[in-house]
Amino acid sequence: MGVAIVLPGPADFTAWRNAARGLVAAGIAPEQAEWRVTGDNPGLFAAGPPPNATPAGAFRVPRAFLELAEIAIRHRDGERFALLYRALWRVTQGEPALMQVATDPDIVRLTAMAKAVRRDAHKMHAFVRFRQVETEAGIRHVAWFEPEHHIEEAEAGFFVRRFAALRWSIVTPRRSVHWDGQEIAFGPGGSRAEVPPDDAVEPLWRAYYAAIFNPARLKPGAMRAEMPRKYWRNMPETAEIPRLMAEAPRRVAEMVARGGAAPNPRPQRMRPPAQPEAPSGVGEGMDLLDTHADPEAALAALLRELAARPDLPDFARRATQPVFGEGPIGARLMFVGEQPGDEEDIQGRPFVGPAGRLFDRALAEAGVPRDEAYVTNAVKHFKFTPTGKRRLHQSPDAGDIAHYRPFLLREVGLVRPRLLVALGATALRALTGKALRVMKTRGTVIDGPEGLPLFATVHPSFLLRVPDQDAQAREYARFVEDLRTAAARA
Amino acid sequence: MVARQTLDLRQKLEILADAAKYDASCASSGTAKRDSTRGGLGSTEGSGICHAYAPDGRCISLLKILLTNACVFDCAYCVNRATSNVRRARFTVAEVVQLTLDFYRRNAIEGLFLSSGIIRSPDYTMEQLVRVARTLREDHGFHGYIHLKTIPDAAPELVAEAGRWADRLSINVELPQADSLKALAPEKDFSAIRRAMGGLRARIEDAEDARKTARRAKAPRFAPAGQSTQMIVGADAADDATILGTATDLYAGYRLRRVYYSAYSPIPDASRMLPPIAPPLVREHRLYQADWLLRFYGFSREEIVAGGQGGMLDLELDPKTAWALRHRGDFPVDLNAAPRERLLRVPGLGAKTVDRLLSARRHGAIRAADLARLRVSLGKVLPFVVTADHRPRGLDGAGLRGLLVPATAFAAAARPAQLSLF
Repeated sequence: MGVAIVLPGPADFTAWRNAARGLVAAGIAPEQAEWRVTGDNPGLFAAGPPPNATPAGAFRVPRAFLELAEIAIRHRDGERFALLYRALWRVTQGEPALMQVATDPDIVRLTAMAKAVRRDAHKMHAFVRFRQVETEAGIRHVAWFEPEHHIEEAEAGFFVRRFAALRWSIVTPRRSVHWDGQEIAFGPGGSRAEVPPDDAVEPLWRAYYAAIFNPARLKPGAMRAEMPRKYWRNMPETAEIPRLMAEAPRRVAEMVARGGAAPNPRPQRMRPPAQPEAPSGVGEGMDLLDTHADPEAALAALLRELAARPDLPDFARRATQPVFGEGPIGARLMFVGEQPGDEEDIQGRPFVGPAGRLFDRALAEAGVPRDEAYVTNAVKHFKFTPTGKRRLHQSPDAGDIAHYRPFLLREVGLVRPRLLVALGATALRALTGKALRVMKTRGTVIDGPEGLPLFATVHPSFLLRVPDQDAQAREYARFVEDLRTAAARA
Repeated sequence: MVARQTLDLRQKLEILADAAKYDASCASSGTAKRDSTRGGLGSTEGSGICHAYAPDGRCISLLKILLTNACVFDCAYCVNRATSNVRRARFTVAEVVQLTLDFYRRNAIEGLFLSSGIIRSPDYTMEQLVRVARTLREDHGFHGYIHLKTIPDAAPELVAEAGRWADRLSINVELPQADSLKALAPEKDFSAIRRAMGGLRARIEDAEDARKTARRAKAPRFAPAGQSTQMIVGADAADDATILGTATDLYAGYRLRRVYYSAYSPIPDASRMLPPIAPPLVREHRLYQADWLLRFYGFSREEIVAGGQGGMLDLELDPKTAWALRHRGDFPVDLNAAPRERLLRVPGLGAKTVDRLLSARRHGAIRAADLARLRVSLGKVLPFVVTADHRPRGLDGAGLRGLLVPATAFAAAARPAQLSLF
C-alpha cells in the first residue's frame, strides 16, 4: 500500500522537505508516495498516512538540489512534489552527482520548471500595475495580477523592499497580499472587481507608451515574446497596441514620402556655441611667435598644432588625446620616454601610469624633485591593441618615431634643458635619429639634438618587466644610480 | 506673430518622449543594491526590469524623456536639431520629478533616463539635468534607477555631481568615425567626446577603488552602473568593420558597460542631408550579435569581420555561423572532449549551454538526444559537432550554407535584395 502526503499549501517548501525527509528515512520509493495539497481530491488508490519521521535517518543533500527545489515547488504542475521527491530519492540512493547531469530528463524538467517560475516572478515584478485609491485611512495602491505559478508569497518581499513606505495590496485569483507599511499579510484570492477600474495617472502613462514607440521599427513578434498576450489585460498601456500597430505603416510612409524637409527658417540656434579656435596651418603658427620671448606660449601652440594635425598616423585618431610634456621651461633635466600608456591617455598627462609611478619613486630617491624636471614622450599618442576591457601597449615603430620627431625636437628647442635623458630605445632613436642600442650608450653622455648633451638609460617599464625579484631590485638600483649620474652632470 | 499655445503636461510628455525614443538604451541593470525599507521610495536589485514592451519590440524600463527638445546643435540625423520644424517643449524640473514618482509608484518604471537638447550652454543644460536627479534623490528619497545623459563639455563639478546621483551616465559617440561626425554633427567633436568618456572612466574607477579600500569612510559615489554609449548605424557610410572597431576601442579604452547600435530610422521632418530610409534593422541585429561574440565568446573583431564580405557582416547568417562556415577546418568539435573556448565557437551553443554540457559530460557521454533536451537548435549545431552517437557529414559540402540560412520571415527580410522601403 502506498503513502499519502497532504501538504498544507501549494508551495510550502518546508512542509515538503520535512515530509520528504521522513519518506527517505523510511525507505519509501517514489512510486509508493502520493502527494497532494490540503483540499485536493485524493487519488484513485487508497493510500495510508506517512510514517513518522525518524530523526536517525539524517542525510545530506546537495545545496544545488535545495536551491532548485525551493523554486520549482512553486510551479503549478501537479506532479511537482512527486518529481522533486523522485530526484531526491535518486540523489540519496546512489546518484549523488545527479544535479550536475544537466541532460538527465528529471533534471531537465525540474530546471525548466524552476526557469518558468523565475520568469513568472520576473514578469510579476515587471507587469503588476498599481492603481491609487483614496480610502478613509489614506492612500492605498491596489493591483490585480494573474501569475501562472504559486509565487505570491515568495515575491511579496520584492514589493515590500520597493514600496515599503506605501500601503498596497496585490490581489490574485488564488491569493492576496497586503502591506500596511509595517507588516505583510496574506489572504485568500480575490477578483478583478476589488481593484479600482482606473487611475488618474494612467492616461499619462498610456500617452508615454504611445509616444516612445517607433513606428519605423514595428516588431510585434519581439514584443509578444517578452510580453505575452496573457498579461495584457492587466496592463493599461496595452490598450494602445492595436492603434499603434494599425497606424505605423501609414506614419512611416508619410515620413518617407515627405523626404528631407526644408530647414526651419527660424532655427533654434540663437547664439552659435563657441567654436574651438581654428588651428593655424601646419607649422605656420610657429613662425609668428617669437619662441625665445615666450617659450610657454610657443609650447602651448605646439600642442594645439599637434592636436589639429590632419596627417597624424591612424593610431593617433584612436587615442583619447595627445599627451604632451610637463615641467618647467629651462629645466636642468628633460626626460624623454616612449609613448603615453593607457592611464596617460585618459588623464592627458605624461608618466602617470605604473611606469610613471615607478619613475617618480626612482627620481625621488635620486634626489631630483619631479616638478623641477621636464618629462615628455617621443611619441605623443597612445598606440594600442584593444583586448576586451584592456588596451595593450603596442610599441611605436620607426615610422611612428620619425613622424613625431619634428615635434619632439621643437619641444626640446623650447625647453632647452641642461641635459637630455633618453629613457629607453624609442627615446634614444627619436633624439638621435639613429637606431642606437641603449645598453651600449647607457651611462655616457653623447651629442644630442639642438647641440645639447644626451644621456641614455632604460625605460622604467623595463624594470616592471624584469621577472625575478632579485634582478628587479638590482635593475632598479642601477636605474636610480643612472638618474643620480644624470643629475650630477646636468 | 503667432501666439504661443501653452502645452499641457500630456502634450509635453508626448513631444519629449517622442524626442527621446531614438536613444536605444533603456537598461536598468548592474547598479548597487538599494531598497526603501529604511525610508524613501524604490529599490534596485541588480537585474534590470522591463516593465513593458512597445510594438517595436523594445523594452520600456525607464521613463525616457528629454528635459527639452530645443537644441542649438544642428545634427543632421537628429529629430531635435536646431533647424528641424518639430514642435518644441520643455519640462520644468518639478514636472519631471512628479512624473517619475507617479509612474514609479504604479510600478510602471524602474526609474528615469533623462537627456536634453543643448540650450544656452553645456553647463546650463547639465545643471538642469543634475537638478532633477538631485531633487529625486534628496527631496524624495528616490532609490530607483537614474540614467543621465552627460554633456561632453560640461564643467567637471557638474559631471561629478551627476555621478553622485545617477546610476549610469552616458555620452553618445553617435557616429562611428570622426569624419562623419564632422559632416553630420558640426558642433560635436569626436575627441571631446572621447576625452569626456575617459574622464568618466577615471571617476568610475576611482569610486570603485575607494569602495574596495575605504573601510568605514563612505566612498564617493560615482555612477555605480558605469557608462554606455550609442552609435547610429546606417546614417553614414561606415562599414561594420569600422563600427566594430570603434566599439572595441571604446570597450577597451573607457570600460563601457554597453555600446548600443541604433539603426538610423526615419524621423519626422528629416534633414535634406539625410533623407529617410528604411532602418537597417537586420544589420543592427547582426552588430549586436557580433558585439556579444566580442565580449563573451572570445572572438576578435578581425575574426568576426572575416565571416562577412568587404567589411560587412553576413546579413543572412548570424556572425558565429558565418565565421564557422569560413573556418570549417576547425570543425567538427567533439562535445565530449573539446575545451570550453572551442565549445563557445560552435554555432548554436550559448554560454549557458556550454556550461551545462561541460558539467554533464563529467558524468556520462553527451549524445545527440541530450542536445535536444537542452533545447539547442539541432539543425544548427549538429553539422559542426561530434557526439557519442553522431558524426557530421557534409561539413565540406557546398550545400551546408543553404541548410543553415534560416527560413523565417526575419531571415527573409534579411536578404539584402529585400531591404527596400516598404
